Amino acid sequence: MSDAPALLSVTDARLRFGEVTALDGVSLALRAGECLGLVGHNGAGKSTLVNVLNGGLALQGGSLRADGQPVRWDVAAARALGLRCVFQELSLCPNLTVAENARILHRGQFGLIWRAEARRLAKAALDAVFPGHGIDVRAQVASLALAQRQMVEIALAFAEAGPPPRLVILDEPTSSLDASIARQLLSHVRRFVAAGGSVVLISHILSEVLETATRIVVMKDGQVVADRPAAEFTPAGLVAAMGSTAQERRRAERGAAPAAAAPLVVHALPRGLPVRVAAGEVVGLTGLAGHGQTELLRALHDRLAPAWAAGRRPAVAYVAGDRRHDGILPLWSIRRNLTVSALSALTRRGLVDERAERAAAEAWRSRIGIRSPDLGLPILSLSGGNQQKVLFARALLAGAPLVLMDDPMRGVDVGTKQEVYGIIRAEAAAGRAFVWYSSEIEEMELCDRVYVFREGAAAAELAGAQITETAILEASFAGHPAEGAA
Amino acid sequence: MRPTADLIRLAVPFLALGALLAGVFWLQPRAMSYTGLNLLFNLAVPIALATLAQMFVIAVNDLDLSMGAFVSFAACVTATFLHDTPLLGALILFAAVAGYALLGVIIHLRGLPAIVVTLGMSFVWLGLAVMILPAPGGAAPGWLRALMTVRPPLLPMALAASILIALAAHLIMARSSLGVLIRGVGGNERSVARAGWSVLGAKAAAYALAGLFGVLAGMALVGLTTSADANIALRYTLLSIAGVILGGGEFVGGRVSAVGAVVGALTLTLAGSFLSFLRLSPDWQIGAQGAILILVLALRLGLDALERRGVRA
Repeated sequence: MSDAPALLSVTDARLRFGEVTALDGVSLALRAGECLGLVGHNGAGKSTLVNVLNGGLALQGGSLRADGQPVRWDVAAARALGLRCVFQELSLCPNLTVAENARILHRGQFGLIWRAEARRLAKAALDAVFPGHGIDVRAQVASLALAQRQMVEIALAFAEAGPPPRLVILDEPTSSLDASIARQLLSHVRRFVAAGGSVVLISHILSEVLETATRIVVMKDGQVVADRPAAEFTPAGLVAAMGSTAQERRRAERGAAPAAAAPLVVHALPRGLPVRVAAGEVVGLTGLAGHGQTELLRALHDRLAPAWAAGRRPAVAYVAGDRRHDGILPLWSIRRNLTVSALSALTRRGLVDERAERAAAEAWRSRIGIRSPDLGLPILSLSGGNQQKVLFARALLAGAPLVLMDDPMRGVDVGTKQEVYGIIRAEAAAGRAFVWYSSEIEEMELCDRVYVFREGAAAAELAGAQITETAILEASFAGHPAEGAA
Repeated sequence: MRPTADLIRLAVPFLALGALLAGVFWLQPRAMSYTGLNLLFNLAVPIALATLAQMFVIAVNDLDLSMGAFVSFAACVTATFLHDTPLLGALILFAAVAGYALLGVIIHLRGLPAIVVTLGMSFVWLGLAVMILPAPGGAAPGWLRALMTVRPPLLPMALAASILIALAAHLIMARSSLGVLIRGVGGNERSVARAGWSVLGAKAAAYALAGLFGVLAGMALVGLTTSADANIALRYTLLSIAGVILGGGEFVGGRVSAVGAVVGALTLTLAGSFLSFLRLSPDWQIGAQGAILILVLALRLGLDALERRGVRA
């Protein structure tokens, strides 16, 4: 390593969101002429770290230095240093043309007569990274295919405009590119690094990271658990480093899973394994976030839920993960929130039977342990964990044989989690089926069977004792890019 | 060059306008003259200006429900203060534009729904208009009257003015950096902010432009009618929204077209005349106008579906 100060470095970075510790003393230095591979599973703190580096989040503890100097760090300072970011969700304006997006992204670059200049800049940027790209810079972004949009976004990040790019952060840049385009990008990254630039590369395709990065940092639970030259890692070594250092927990003992039971529902995906769910089974969905798990839950729900009138006993219930956004009805009482799923069963001659509603709500209050003196109080008077319990009770109350859960334990305290796990097991034993997407690997060990998702398809199926952290990590991170993934 | 999605989109309002115009000429061949066209499109200029004003608000994903009341207010100021004490009148109109910019700032800073704020403001503008002109009256400033009744060679005033207005608005919206910024805010506010722009400034500018075009609409209206009334332009609120959508705009996503908006406004103006020529009872006219609107929008939905298929291929 040279003695020159690092381009950007964080020391002992700490950041908490409520109950959750996102960064727990992370120290990291990004140097010129280096491509840093950043790997880790969900919740390892990668995205939080990226948001700290690009100035989007302020640190609660620790310090940050740019070019060796302590600085006030925000989005503007990051841009002035020459930091560029390509996010996983696309951040172009779809209603503008490619050239107009270049105009927006490089603010101080243009004068009054900017159109021809912006077209030249966008074309030069695309030519540099993706020779032979075939993208018309006068085309509206919305009219481009997903892969082309991603190419535009990447090319504009490397463009020579405004403060010259010195540090480019690429978060899953190849997720929608096919293999040959991805190779063009990775060789451009190598050229950029050889010319003295710095790149942070986040990817679930380990071969890309191993081939391109000069140094690899492995994160887990908000900490850096390994930081070594890339040459010292192998794919297996990387997966092992991402896994927990503690011993594998013993699986909870329970009766044999009813594997022989006829499947309740079989859902075939365009690629990969079909997803089967049998009555009395808890089926887990795992893998890196955003690889198609939520889409599967939505598809299952759309397929099973009636489009028109709901019957007395619905076929499927859904527990939302984003409580505030699509879970609770914030102006209603706890009781109304709980019983809304079963209204048709609680209705007599077109009117809600209030006595039956009270009885149903009280029954579930004691069963699931909602801590509130009065179910007539507003739902927002409950803690987050208790709100989540209400949503669980709502899903179970309706009596649907299949319950879909979209990462419902986010931001829920440990005690509540244990209670809910108990209820899930009890309900499964009584014959209900659960499909459970969770971003936490530990929760998968409570499932009978687990599908590991990668690139929109179930890439692996694990059952019983096969469900281990190592097996899930291995399946989540592809060794090689999928051919023709687009 | 392959026709872009935007061009296909823009073709719909032109086709609708052409079809209506053909219908009018078929029903009433005498309309096919300088004077005839001038009469047909006489009231199109203020409607086109109000539609452009609405377009700037829709471009940033908001909706202005006070446009009609605001144009009425501007018309009342024009017919009174601007006629009697031009300096004070100009000052009031300038303050109204600044007030619009301030509305944009408040809506953005407080995260308020624009529909609610502008609905409230519509009563404020209407109240101010009634205070200025409790009964219909006032007079158009001489220069304004002269400007609106000028008879240019070749093209009647209404059409020539519409073309000029469309070009000016197109320059602002499609060619200038400010226009790109405003549409960018409509398309992806977060990435605009990340690139270091002030979203607040962009919204204030969009609302200020809306105010400016609203004021111009009121002035043009008085120049044509020579007097004003507090209720003179109330129907412009819905006409302007319909004009933007008819002209290829979308309610969200910053997809708007200045040229399309003007053509949409012309189409709506012409739809009224067309139905009169059909001798349709006025009781049915509003419903028939709605039917024309639905027809054009259905045509666009079909084209959108084709466009999407093109992207997927």
